[in-house]
Amino acid sequence: MPKDVPGITKRILFVSLFLTLLLGAVGFLGISTGSSGSGFRAVWWALVNDSRSDPMSAAIIWHIRFPRVILAALVGATLSLGGLVFQALLRNPLAEPYILGVSGGSAIGAIIGILMGFSRFPGVSMTAFGGSMATLLLLLLMSSGHSKFKDSLLLSGVMVNAFAGAIIMFLMSMTQDSRLHNIMFWLMGDLSLADMHQIGILALVLLPCFGLIFRFSHSMNLLLMGQEVAETMGVNIRYVTVALLVTTSFMVSLTVSYCGPVGFVGLVMPHLLRLVIGPDHRTLVPACIIGGGSYMVFCDILSRVLPEQGEMPAGVVTALVGAPLFIYLLKRSGR
Amino acid sequence: MKSALAVHDVSYAYGTTSILKNISFSVQKGSFYIIIGPNGSGKTTLMKIMAGSGKFEKGAVEIMDRPCGQYSRRELARTIAFVPQNIPDDFSFTVREVVLMGRSPHQGVLGLERKEDGKILKKAMAFTGIEHLAHRKIDQLSGGERQRVFIARAICQEPRIILLDEPTAALDLAHQVRIMDLMEQLKNEKGVTVIMVSHDINLAAMYGDRLLLLKEGRIVSQGPAGEVLTFETLEKAYGCLLLVDESPLGAFPRVTPVPHKLNLEI
Repeated sequence: MPKDVPGITKRILFVSLFLTLLLGAVGFLGISTGSSGSGFRAVWWALVNDSRSDPMSAAIIWHIRFPRVILAALVGATLSLGGLVFQALLRNPLAEPYILGVSGGSAIGAIIGILMGFSRFPGVSMTAFGGSMATLLLLLLMSSGHSKFKDSLLLSGVMVNAFAGAIIMFLMSMTQDSRLHNIMFWLMGDLSLADMHQIGILALVLLPCFGLIFRFSHSMNLLLMGQEVAETMGVNIRYVTVALLVTTSFMVSLTVSYCGPVGFVGLVMPHLLRLVIGPDHRTLVPACIIGGGSYMVFCDILSRVLPEQGEMPAGVVTALVGAPLFIYLLKRSGR
Repeated sequence: MKSALAVHDVSYAYGTTSILKNISFSVQKGSFYIIIGPNGSGKTTLMKIMAGSGKFEKGAVEIMDRPCGQYSRRELARTIAFVPQNIPDDFSFTVREVVLMGRSPHQGVLGLERKEDGKILKKAMAFTGIEHLAHRKIDQLSGGERQRVFIARAICQEPRIILLDEPTAALDLAHQVRIMDLMEQLKNEKGVTVIMVSHDINLAAMYGDRLLLLKEGRIVSQGPAGEVLTFETLEKAYGCLLLVDESPLGAFPRVTPVPHKLNLEI
């Protein structure tokens, strides 16, 4: 037996380190990109507080681009992790918060929160959380008791999504509220509303959730062996499932209340990373956090660079990449 | 009487359909115990209850002379290991990684590998003859190989009892005998109690120290193969014509189904 298999701890550290470097590079690129364009050197000066930095571009970099990059990284991390967790728990490679309708459910909750005049945190986040938990319960109820659990879950998700879309449109046409004026943008995933204070709160709430999910990463491995086998290897299935589903939908609804439902992010990174680093969730969880963050920052850069004028919602880019991947995976899983 | 596992008067119903009715039996420590019976007789439900993952309405289950309710999940996992009938093949863990998972009830939450885990893993893989497959992925293995990987994983749990749900169902003859021999060896060398659900009456007759025959959730007969596998009880349980004689291989019965086209009447 060859002895060159690196231990799991080493693998986690190596993968995390590599992806952190990637995130750093993409993040730096993100901070350097924008309509007012101020080359890499100016960005570096602003970041290290060099005296040659001019105050105008330093302000843009610190107050507009930096928070935006951090927000993108947090959203990407959350959604990738959400996809990973749903795929493991539901044993379905196509599961993802957006596709299952969980994002749509939190969007309804968020809009209700906005219309009731709540502040983004904790008010809107909590109504969004309520919406996502309600859709999750609805989904599990609708799809349980079917023999073809995998397909019925996706179908339920499609229906929940369509229903959520209708409710959102209904709410929008019933109110002429100015608070909803840029809701269309928000509905496709909008990262432009970032200010440093709010992002600080978001990070403080999300980081413990990441930690909690990492704690259950080995249980997710064991769950892949089948429920009964996992149980007879000491996994408390009900406890693990509830903890993971609630944490995940909480994180997803937080990001939805900040920047709307961004689709398909939870599909791209987990699949790509599984191909490269294998199926072990103890490496996949940190990899999805850091790699998913990098992916979202990259998509956000594209959404700022591609349009001739202004920008497009980041969700447009993620859907352009993710939807074809979904179709490919669906075709493959049908075989 | 020291029993590894004892079931006292257990009943279970799914809705209004009764699946198990007043089941009582006990399995002696270090024995090979095989549960047989026709389809839908409640074998798998009984298996789940013994594995601690199935519910039951009435009765009690004792494991190593302790009520199973007194065990924590992890403690139970260090006492009983389970090999399922349908082994999942939709993930790409390597054989080594899967076998190592059997150590998790002895490890911390993250399942980090310690030195002794490596030793136990190696022994389990040698025992089941899968060392050469260590770095192959599960989804590239044949059914028989996958079965042995899952058995090695169960052995890694260092259980006192191993439960197997129809482990030979989808295997060719050579693999069937290999799995049964492996269990016999596990019983003799490590003193592990083996409890198996099987469809194969003849394998059960050859290997089982004691058999339990179930039909429609009730016990038809239990005891050594020679007592359980009689013409009368088998006909009652399976409802078809069978020939029961002594096997030319030794002092145990051989059961042969009698095809209709022979037009034999009793």
